[in-house]
Amino acid sequence: MTDEGTGISSSPALSANGLGKRFGSRVAFDDVSFEIGYGEVFGFLGPNGAGKTTTVRTLGTLLTPTAGSATVAGLPLIPDNGVEIRRRISIMPESPGLYLRLTVLENLQCFADLYEVSAARDRIDQALQAVHLTERAHDTCGSLSKGLKQRVALARALLNDPQVLFLDEPTSGLDPVAAREVHELIDGLRQRGVTIFLTTHRLDEAERLCDRVAILNTTLRTVGRPDQLRDELFARTLNVRTVSPLSNPADVFLGVESVSGWREDGPSTYVLTVTDPALAAPGVTRALVKADADVLSISVSHHSLEDVYLELIDVPAGLS
Amino acid sequence: MSVNRRLVRAIVSKELREFRRNRTLAAGMAIIPLVFSVQPLISVFALTSSASGPLRHEHVLLYMLGIPALVPSLVASYSIVGEREQGTLEPLLTTPIRREELLLGKALATFLPAIAVAYGVFALFLVCVGVFAKPGVASALIRPSDLLAQVVFTPLLAGCSIWIAIVISTRFNDVRVAQQLSTVASLPAVALAVLVALNVIQPSLRTAILAAVILLVLNRIGWRVASLMFDRERLITGTKS
Repeated sequence: MTDEGTGISSSPALSANGLGKRFGSRVAFDDVSFEIGYGEVFGFLGPNGAGKTTTVRTLGTLLTPTAGSATVAGLPLIPDNGVEIRRRISIMPESPGLYLRLTVLENLQCFADLYEVSAARDRIDQALQAVHLTERAHDTCGSLSKGLKQRVALARALLNDPQVLFLDEPTSGLDPVAAREVHELIDGLRQRGVTIFLTTHRLDEAERLCDRVAILNTTLRTVGRPDQLRDELFARTLNVRTVSPLSNPADVFLGVESVSGWREDGPSTYVLTVTDPALAAPGVTRALVKADADVLSISVSHHSLEDVYLELIDVPAGLS
Repeated sequence: MSVNRRLVRAIVSKELREFRRNRTLAAGMAIIPLVFSVQPLISVFALTSSASGPLRHEHVLLYMLGIPALVPSLVASYSIVGEREQGTLEPLLTTPIRREELLLGKALATFLPAIAVAYGVFALFLVCVGVFAKPGVASALIRPSDLLAQVVFTPLLAGCSIWIAIVISTRFNDVRVAQQLSTVASLPAVALAVLVALNVIQPSLRTAILAAVILLVLNRIGWRVASLMFDRERLITGTKS
């Protein structure tokens, strides 16, 4: 079964239902619910301390949840399933966590054995090719740059051909070139149909890579496609700029069928609230020409995922 | 619980590779045997043939049991806290390995070089005594009962020392603290060996068998206790589960 048009399997690769984790009286995250289909790239956004890493650790069986339930790679998240779940998933933590005295190959060999990978050497070669590190296989990890270490960590996470891959801040601390390389690798994984759970506070990264995003700030604020979240949160608007101020803007704008409101946003600049920008723009143009206005520009307002994030992150839980 | 040998072998192999390239640990493993072998060798070489008589009633060789008591504690105390310090514990725990298998792998990886060092140094000591000591000293010093005690107690003491050090390593956040505490924890075993070697404690077959059985039991429960003390959650987050 696939969602219309997306080609993504609709049976959940990962689901959480009211999941929560407390450390004593401190709440790390609470009441987190979502479903992620196979082959989906799911972004998990939130500020520092929001509970993103703790959520990953909990879903990865490293921590025991204190509330709610979850299924990971088709298995209920219970202690008895810990080993089997860890066989089916991979986690790339924020810090690469490589054995610096060992070579890239020795690091990968160790983890291939721990995942009981058959034909380990072939699988290691494939993983190294996927991250473009074949040439550095015999270098000690301590001699690699941070970006290369991150790539080795990604190769390690690919060794067991995981059903679900957790990437915890994969581009944290990387320069733009290294970050772009990691993005390309994630894109490649998406094309191979790997389900990816990506935690990040880089909104451009989430917008570029993710099919859907969730915004977490201890509690889950929203889940959806980035464009859907924008539409839900922000009214559709047109920005109109004229050479000189209109003498009677209300008469001009409110006469157009799909315009429901307007306001001034500086001298000779107007923001119109519309039901459908594609319908409204020609009508507004005609109305402006009819009013003898000299038009500089008419454009559809574009709200970024950052706007959505900033709008939601400060809202108290339950109001969003 | 069945143990997955491939996973244990993976840990042993990785650990041994790391030890070989960790100069601090290698130096530690070299210094302790030197301390325990040089001083007795000098004393033995200084003995005249006529002074060898009293040696027949002493157990100088058992002094070297300090090596299997101390060397592995230094390495084993690094095992978990070291992984934690270099940030490799979390990736390791995301694999399907169980804590019992992880700890067994860590213990074996320490046990093998420690035993090799202890037996190797002991053999070298015997060769030096045989070749360089005055006539009569070697035969007075090297007796089958002491050799047997050395062979039997070396792995038993090393095993106990390893499990104590691993338990300490799972509970502390600092490598140095863990190593110092593990060394302190090994001192009673060293003191016992020294007291026996100096004839302050008179060993008998019965006490030797009793000590061997106790050490064997401690080794068996050591693995279980270390596994119970291994709190995955606390090790990752620093917070008790």
